[in-house]
Amino acid sequence: MERYYFDHNATTPVSDEVLAAYTEALRDVYGNASSIHSFGQHARQRLEEARERVARLIGAEPRQVVFTSGGTEANNLAVLGTVRACRRERRHVITTRIEHPAVLAACGALEREGVAVTYLPVGSAGLVDPDDVRRALRSETVLVSVMHANNEIGVIQPIEEIAAIAREAEVIFHSDGVQAAGRLAVDQAARCADLYAASGHKFYAPKGIGVLAVRSGVSLEPLLYGGHQERDRRPGTVNVPAAVAMGVAAEAARRDLEAEQARLAELRDRLENAILDRVPGTSVNGGTPRLPNTTNICFDGINAEALLIALDLKGFAVSTGAACSSGAVEPSHVLTALGLAPDRARASLRFSLGRANTAGQVDALVEAVVEAVAHLRRLSPVAAHV
Amino acid sequence: MSEELIAVAMSGGVDSSTVAALLCRQGRRVVGLTMQLWNQRRLPELAGQGAAGRCCSLDDVYDARAVATALGIPYYVVNFEDRFERQVVKPFIEEYLAGRTPIPCTLCNNFIKFDQFLELAAGVGATRIATGHYARIRRDPETGRYQLLQGVDTAKDQSYFLFGLRQEQLARTLFPLGDLTKAQVRALARELGLPVADKGESQEICFVPNGDYPAFIEAYFREQGLSPPRARGEIVTQEGAVLGEHEGVYRFTVGQRKGLGVAVGEPLYVIATEPARQRVVVGPAGKLLRERLEASGVNWVSIAGLSRPRRAAVRIRHKHVAAPATLYPTGDPERVEVVFDEPQRAVTPGQAAVFYEGELVLGGGWIV
Repeated sequence: MERYYFDHNATTPVSDEVLAAYTEALRDVYGNASSIHSFGQHARQRLEEARERVARLIGAEPRQVVFTSGGTEANNLAVLGTVRACRRERRHVITTRIEHPAVLAACGALEREGVAVTYLPVGSAGLVDPDDVRRALRSETVLVSVMHANNEIGVIQPIEEIAAIAREAEVIFHSDGVQAAGRLAVDQAARCADLYAASGHKFYAPKGIGVLAVRSGVSLEPLLYGGHQERDRRPGTVNVPAAVAMGVAAEAARRDLEAEQARLAELRDRLENAILDRVPGTSVNGGTPRLPNTTNICFDGINAEALLIALDLKGFAVSTGAACSSGAVEPSHVLTALGLAPDRARASLRFSLGRANTAGQVDALVEAVVEAVAHLRRLSPVAAHV
Repeated sequence: MSEELIAVAMSGGVDSSTVAALLCRQGRRVVGLTMQLWNQRRLPELAGQGAAGRCCSLDDVYDARAVATALGIPYYVVNFEDRFERQVVKPFIEEYLAGRTPIPCTLCNNFIKFDQFLELAAGVGATRIATGHYARIRRDPETGRYQLLQGVDTAKDQSYFLFGLRQEQLARTLFPLGDLTKAQVRALARELGLPVADKGESQEICFVPNGDYPAFIEAYFREQGLSPPRARGEIVTQEGAVLGEHEGVYRFTVGQRKGLGVAVGEPLYVIATEPARQRVVVGPAGKLLRERLEASGVNWVSIAGLSRPRRAAVRIRHKHVAAPATLYPTGDPERVEVVFDEPQRAVTPGQAAVFYEGELVLGGGWIV
């Protein structure tokens, strides 16, 4: 059976050019980048080259870029590190209800430490109103954290505007750019943020490598304790081969960005329009602007979990928003924040496209969706009323 | 892909794992599904109590996934938590509060495993489901009716919990373990190299740690922001003499002897509970005997119905030895009167009366 992958917001395959650089670095660049000898210096040189490449992608200075184990660590370091570095007695954080768990759960941890957190609502389009950020500011606000692009619905937040509000209030602004970096030209917007997180495996680098860009002057309490790597912000021997791979992936993303964005938007629209046309009772969750590769569609009356499994058994990998620790699907906090009733949140699937997808694959996916939804609706009398 | 797809309900235990492995060995196309029924992070106050044997634990999902991986079959966890809470957990609690003794396994079979699960299986393209129940299904060659039989291993037989199955459900269900003993299943699991071959038995009520259902009910009430249903009341004899006090009728079940906290000359048992008056009625063992019962919500499995009195062996609880009786139809096709040849001990409202003829499950209903 042919298998097609439409879940690039979860992760992407490592591209050939990245794989080549990665395996070369794994084999040849084995020095510890902190070592004094030539092996260490060689590793250090490759690491700094990678740092420059990633920095270019996200509009940062190389010295601002901290390599981490991935997006979760980068976001944790941003949220926990800035707030814990602030010694004031009363501290307040502003974030949104649709952040990734890497930010939300970190905020939850801060709440248990006595920090107040405001979770801003979003409208039905999934957009944060910058005025809401302004209104939520307090004298004790330490951090504003608003994601760049949402992982489930792809909606892009006005982070430049929000960053300006935060700057005016002299509050640190962090943006989780994990879904945006490598997919959009993020450098302009990311430059406005004090902190910006990115993850390699969302743009064809391997898992286990990410970065946090930290503007000079922002103090961070580290999450881990050990050596002095990454300017005392992230101890631990740096994973140089993965950093090299992420650097190559960042260069490739920058090179291909414009063409790939247009190509993916066209494929995504082809998919979305075909489903909306051919499957009754469907609608797109969230508004615009959004990532060119993402669409999140509600199928009225359908159990998205069953649809996901049916599609997977036909060879098409798609996703629902959230899975709990067992792997079972939970109603997405993002979709409920948009105002979707729980049953509509449970009827929604995310399709996220990437480099390997073709028009032929999209057409095959559409046929499979049409067939699977029709089958499910035949079985379920409730859905038949749609 | 014309070959029939079978969905195996995999709990992570040895029985359902063996089912999946057996079907694979037969060359069937199999998909493994684990039902997530209850979130173990809920009711943390019960967390200390025997967490190991509880259903839907991450360990069980891990085991089921490991078996599926070893077999090379597609595997998914499906979230049935909402439905389970609505149709099993809440009725379970309501029954106790109403002075009855519920059987959540039967509710789960009727409303989850052979309903929502069957529907989900059909939705993903599986025409039939298979479970690890110890029971057998066969088709009556004369009537074409699907019949339910006890499992060959009478000690493990689970047919008592399956009396609610309807024809269309039986038609789409496989019980591959019905012809095997538990010992054979374990041996097979070892022979098939299943990672769960030596795993222990699951406990009786999967979502209630250590079977301490009063603690579960009280914790659930607290979680819902309700004051616990503890209502003190009197423990009385049938004659109305007050012997002591209790902490809530839901803590008692007919036939119970322990935990009464009253000491009289002869051993006393719960004869009945009266939730309306918050009373627990106790008496000597002899008062527990009943010669008849009425069953409601009757489902006929292996026969089409009851038009005239019929002899049967009737089980009134899971481990009860079926007792000879006569079934009498009433005006209501869903109600049956059962008259035992010999009086039976502890006929308990809320439990099932299941009617057998030899190995065959004729049908069953709920004891009124």
